[in-house]
Amino acid sequence: MGISRRKFIGGLGALALGPAMGIPGTARGASNKEFAGWPDSQSVLHDITKCIGCRKCESACHRVNHLPDPETSFEDLTVLDQKRRTDADIFTVVNRVDNILPVFVKTQCNHCLEPACASACFVKALEKTPEGAVVYNEKLCVGCRYCMVACPFNIPAYEYHKALAPRVTKCTMCHPRILEGKRPGCVEECPAGALISGTRDELLAYAWDRIRTYPERYVSHVYGEHEMGGTSWLYLSGLPFGQVGMREDLGTKSAPELTSGPLSAVPIVVGLWPVLLTGVYAISKRKEKIAEQEKQAAVADAVDQSKKQAQARMETLRKKWEQEKQSAINFEVKKALEDAAAKDPEPGQSKEDE
Amino acid sequence: MTDNGTHTDRKWWTPFNVIVGIILAAGAILTVMRFTQGIGAVTNLDNNNAWGLWIGFDLLCGVALAAGGYVTSAACYIFGLKRFHSAVRPAILTAFLGYALVVLALHYDVGRPWRLPYPIFVSQGTSSLLFEVGLCVFLYLTVLFIEFTPAAFEWLGLKKIRALVVKLTLILTIFGVVLSTLHQSSLGALFMIAPSKLHPLWYSGYLPVYFFISSMFAGMSMVIFESTLAHRYLSRHMDDTHHREAPGVALGFAKAAAFVMAGYLGIKLIGIAIDDHWRLLTTGWGMWYLVEVIGFVAFPALLFAMGVRERNLIFVRWAAAWTVLGIVLNRLNISVIAFNYHLPSHERYVPSLMEIGTSVFIVTLGIVIYRFITTRMPVLHEHPDYSAHSPEQKSI
Repeated sequence: MGISRRKFIGGLGALALGPAMGIPGTARGASNKEFAGWPDSQSVLHDITKCIGCRKCESACHRVNHLPDPETSFEDLTVLDQKRRTDADIFTVVNRVDNILPVFVKTQCNHCLEPACASACFVKALEKTPEGAVVYNEKLCVGCRYCMVACPFNIPAYEYHKALAPRVTKCTMCHPRILEGKRPGCVEECPAGALISGTRDELLAYAWDRIRTYPERYVSHVYGEHEMGGTSWLYLSGLPFGQVGMREDLGTKSAPELTSGPLSAVPIVVGLWPVLLTGVYAISKRKEKIAEQEKQAAVADAVDQSKKQAQARMETLRKKWEQEKQSAINFEVKKALEDAAAKDPEPGQSKEDE
Repeated sequence: MTDNGTHTDRKWWTPFNVIVGIILAAGAILTVMRFTQGIGAVTNLDNNNAWGLWIGFDLLCGVALAAGGYVTSAACYIFGLKRFHSAVRPAILTAFLGYALVVLALHYDVGRPWRLPYPIFVSQGTSSLLFEVGLCVFLYLTVLFIEFTPAAFEWLGLKKIRALVVKLTLILTIFGVVLSTLHQSSLGALFMIAPSKLHPLWYSGYLPVYFFISSMFAGMSMVIFESTLAHRYLSRHMDDTHHREAPGVALGFAKAAAFVMAGYLGIKLIGIAIDDHWRLLTTGWGMWYLVEVIGFVAFPALLFAMGVRERNLIFVRWAAAWTVLGIVLNRLNISVIAFNYHLPSHERYVPSLMEIGTSVFIVTLGIVIYRFITTRMPVLHEHPDYSAHSPEQKSI
């Protein structure tokens, strides 16, 4: 035996633990694979109840991302009177929702764990990094804008007025800063403590701790924990999220799950269609061939039949003719005999003479 | 439309040529604007509405209505329905032009059209349904091109290479059906990633199936519709075989379309039942949905069936045109009208006149090229050297 008992048991252990520990390279079989996000990836928690609508995060975002200055300065808070969304050179906006007291909500890319945009991109120009950010590579982008169609949060924007090299733009979670070990620009600037950064696990634990500690202050839901399979940007709110302009009907399925069905049909079609279609072709060809054979057989049969009939007719004719001939012979013989009898009245005598 | 066909006494100032000239000139101006000032200068697209008429009409309808190519060639070469033979070439030509124009239209719609080969040759985003669409359209365009070349080779008198291509007919046809199944359905599946944006009456797990099944009767109707127009305007280029077979082709496809449309209605009903969306049917969107499904599928299906029973070609032709309209309505509903239905009306998308102008320009370009080819190459008639009815010359 080439395998020792210890090795065998160790192997069993690896088989059992492999999938549980997520060891790369171990077989998962048909198990449901679920991606719960990169371990220790960076996240941001936005506590809506703490936001004061000062727009400091917006100005910080513009500064660190070197975006062009807007027409109205960031000091001007009247822009909060209108509903805004992210734009080609605006990666984040704060909107006011009027309740008994005004409520401010910051909007930017939520950096989904399994992003719809990245799953939709047909050149892999969008990518979820292990550090947490969803980043865009303009060197690959064709500009089809399917990412914008796919994004459930309506975040990516497009440089529609650039003729030559338009880009998709969106919040980068300050990926370069995160790589340097710094916090995102908006988080660093927030004077109200409405933005906190950390690992996703930490922030989730913290958010639920807040909800449990101040149940009267928060609705019991961390937005982004499960929405669209989970996001790296998490939210706490005092009002139901639907009332602060965030969609509550997105479901918990990630974008790749939504399209895995049709994608899995591709190999089946490629595998089965040629076989089935060739079969159909072969059947129709064979039908044609059989029809042709049957036709030939029928023709041969008909020919045969008519030949037989002709033969039969010939036969009867021949018989009749033979009969007629026979009777004619008989008649001739008889006649000859009679003639002979008339010439020689005693034929018996001549026989006796011999 | 006057078309006297002879090159010696061609009249240039015909109404057809004048209208076409104006459209092509306008298209040239729009093209210059698009490529010097950007997509934003000619379209009403914005960040919430990233896809508009150029995707909804030029791409989705273009591909669906070009389905006549795979439907007709499959009927003739795979299912062995030889009476469709004279319809194969015009259908292949329409399909090839349709797909070529889809690709042309994409050059206007995407931001950096020179990168359109990227998904195939540079960076393959295999998790995207758009990747599948792109790859299939690229391969199918190649297949259609090869399938059409025998007509061009006959015109040019290249007998040997023609004979070589004709030998590939069956393989090309099967390949064409596989590719069409994949990308016709994937165009519907594109929208499965956005359940929060497309109205639930149109959003369904069956979207790919709906798109594939509807592409079949879209293709059949388009063959009938196109043949109606060709008989009116290009009749002199048709031979006796084409004239003799055309009513049979129309009635045959009408019968098939009536059946497929009935099946389509069945699966639409199952889709509503599975998602339990019955109560949505009584809303405003529900009425609009019923207009599409009853007015533009059930009604023309019935008209097809009656046309077949009475052997009434007028019914069949009207049903075909009506079905084509219905396909356009369906594709626009899914990509534009019922898409982003939740946005307030001032954030909704309505195409600009320049977008519509560009789409009209591209369709016109297709008609002009179709006429150029059919008046020269053996498409509506057989080349005398390669008659299909001589057994050793089975032409495409």
